Amino acid sequence: MTAVVELEGVERTFDGTPPVEALKATNVVVNQGDYVAIVGPSGSGKSTLLHLLGLLDSPTAGTYRLDGVDTQGISEAEKAGLRATRIGFVFQSFHLLATRTTVENVALGELYVAGSKADRKARAVEALTRVGLGHRLDAYPTTLSGGERQRVAVARALAASPALLLADEPTGNLDSVTTASILDLFDELHQSGLTVMMITHDRNVAARADRQLNINDGVVTEEAMERA
Amino acid sequence: MTPARSTFALRDMVSEAVIALTARPARTILTALGTVLGVAALVATLGLANTAGNQIVGRFNELEATSVAVTPQRNTGFGGRDGQSVSFIPWDAGDRLERLNGVVAAGTKSDVDINGALSRSVPVVDPTGLNEFQVPMIAVSPGLFEAARSEIIGRAFDEGHNLRSDPVAVLGRGAAERLNVTRIDNSPAIFIGDQAVTVIGIMSDTAREPDLLNAIVVPDGYARERWALNAPAEVVVETEVGAAELIGTQAAVALAPNAPEQLRVTKPPSPRRIRTSVQDDVNALFLALGGLSLLVGAIGIANVTLVSVLERTGEIGLRQALGATRRHVAAQFLFESAALGAFAGLLGTSLGILITVIVSASRDWTPVLEAWLPLSAPFIGAAIGLLAGTYPAWKASATEPIQALRNG
Ligand SMILES: Nc1ncnc2c1ncn2[C@@H]1O[C@H](COP(=O)(O)OP(=O)(O)O)[C@@H](O)[C@H]1O
Ligand SMILES: [Mg+2]
Repeated sequence: MTAVVELEGVERTFDGTPPVEALKATNVVVNQGDYVAIVGPSGSGKSTLLHLLGLLDSPTAGTYRLDGVDTQGISEAEKAGLRATRIGFVFQSFHLLATRTTVENVALGELYVAGSKADRKARAVEALTRVGLGHRLDAYPTTLSGGERQRVAVARALAASPALLLADEPTGNLDSVTTASILDLFDELHQSGLTVMMITHDRNVAARADRQLNINDGVVTEEAMERA
Repeated sequence: MTPARSTFALRDMVSEAVIALTARPARTILTALGTVLGVAALVATLGLANTAGNQIVGRFNELEATSVAVTPQRNTGFGGRDGQSVSFIPWDAGDRLERLNGVVAAGTKSDVDINGALSRSVPVVDPTGLNEFQVPMIAVSPGLFEAARSEIIGRAFDEGHNLRSDPVAVLGRGAAERLNVTRIDNSPAIFIGDQAVTVIGIMSDTAREPDLLNAIVVPDGYARERWALNAPAEVVVETEVGAAELIGTQAAVALAPNAPEQLRVTKPPSPRRIRTSVQDDVNALFLALGGLSLLVGAIGIANVTLVSVLERTGEIGLRQALGATRRHVAAQFLFESAALGAFAGLLGTSLGILITVIVSASRDWTPVLEAWLPLSAPFIGAAIGLLAGTYPAWKASATEPIQALRNG
């Protein structure tokens, strides 16, 4: 098994008086194909961990290897390169651009990767088909339901074929029926071999993953899961 | 293993800028408005100054720029009678000036005092006086016809007529009509008082000295002998183009080497000076106005771009998550404002040219516009946009992705 994420003694402390230890020394390994839920109450450090994993923030201590690359001491452009090619983000609030069609929004997922516009569009269509929106290519986000919007966001995250899908409360803005359908989609992606890490405060959502990390006051512990 | 850097290709920047600017067309146009007006004002100002300058030069080129006239100064008091002027103009003034380099033709011209004598074209005095008219007489040297660019049917008199004081005349068109002289092939005679002269030509038109058209034009020699003309009243000179200034300074000395100050030389104002003074006046005012509106335009672009950066914080955070570096974010907003500026420059140039053409048309001017102006205006606009976008772009690049993604 190849490790996609390797955290060794990773900490994140925010400056201030007193300083906030948002994430205490954490050791986690996530292998390719893992489906990991990160669960914890509000303010426990879930987002801090996700930002570190997504290279939007840097640890104050420890090492983080993503897909075999030590992320310490690489340039901003290289970090951005990893975000562009190795990581796909899904946000609670979708972050779709209202003035662009679904296919344009999805193509944005590869904007910062070298390639032709036509290829990007082709892969965007493919990704939208994969999330079940092949029929809404030219729709604008405002005409889509919440569940459909999140599917578009997932398609955008998949466009550049990342090694890791990071989702921050992906179902936080959705009703229970839609939540179930998005979780079904995550199951499919997981089954097709994608590595998924998903933040949630909802235990029922977390139960869909095959690994669960609990965070409390910045301390990460692995929950022993009963395997079916 | 070093990971690949993220990229943001130029063509992607172009299409991102176009998409962003066309997404809200009304806002884009309003933002560009100040710059559009500024560029339009600049182009119209320079265009109109150019056009006006050329018109003035054009008008002076033709006739006035080649005209020089020499007259005696008003009576200095010595030797003159009853305020009459003392002429220092010699009879051979035309010949003397024609020797100067740059003179095309020159000739003397004087009104002749004929003591109210009436003129007629019939030999017998009609007691009713119906065939007699008061027609002025003007004495000229033969060179004057060329200097005045006169057109003559028949012939003009020559130096021989002048030297022999022959009683010959060229009738101005108007004078010929009044005296009822319609043809000259039969060498008609006219009578001025009791003096008979032979008409050898009719002046159908003249570019200078239009009073010739209503006069009986006779040789100087004849006027001296029969009508006691004592000195030429004026010398009319046609110079080569561009030589008027020079001839103006030489003419007085050539005619009266010992007393050049006694002659007054009238020359056209220097065309170059007119052109620059007009251009400078117009330019200074409107360039200042254009510059001001450009400044206002730049502030407008800066302002709206800054607002748009703040509004699009979420989008910036998203782009960073998708792999944009701070440079990519800055480049995107710089490109947007530069494209907006270029668009404004293009629109402003078109508007400025339109204004130039309309104003020119309303004044019957030929619009003149130097090519560098319309060609460079979009670049000027782009430069303004770039400048205006600098601060907003920097602001955008300083966006913290985590903060930006949290809200929206
Ligand atoms: N930029 C920051 N500066 C200071 N403290 C922060 C910052 N971001 C998060 N924190 C603190 O770190 C802790 C963990 O926050 P966060 O990871 O957002 O929690 P969660 O996502 O689980 O709700 C909280 O106490 C929060 O106040
Ligand atoms: Mg959070």
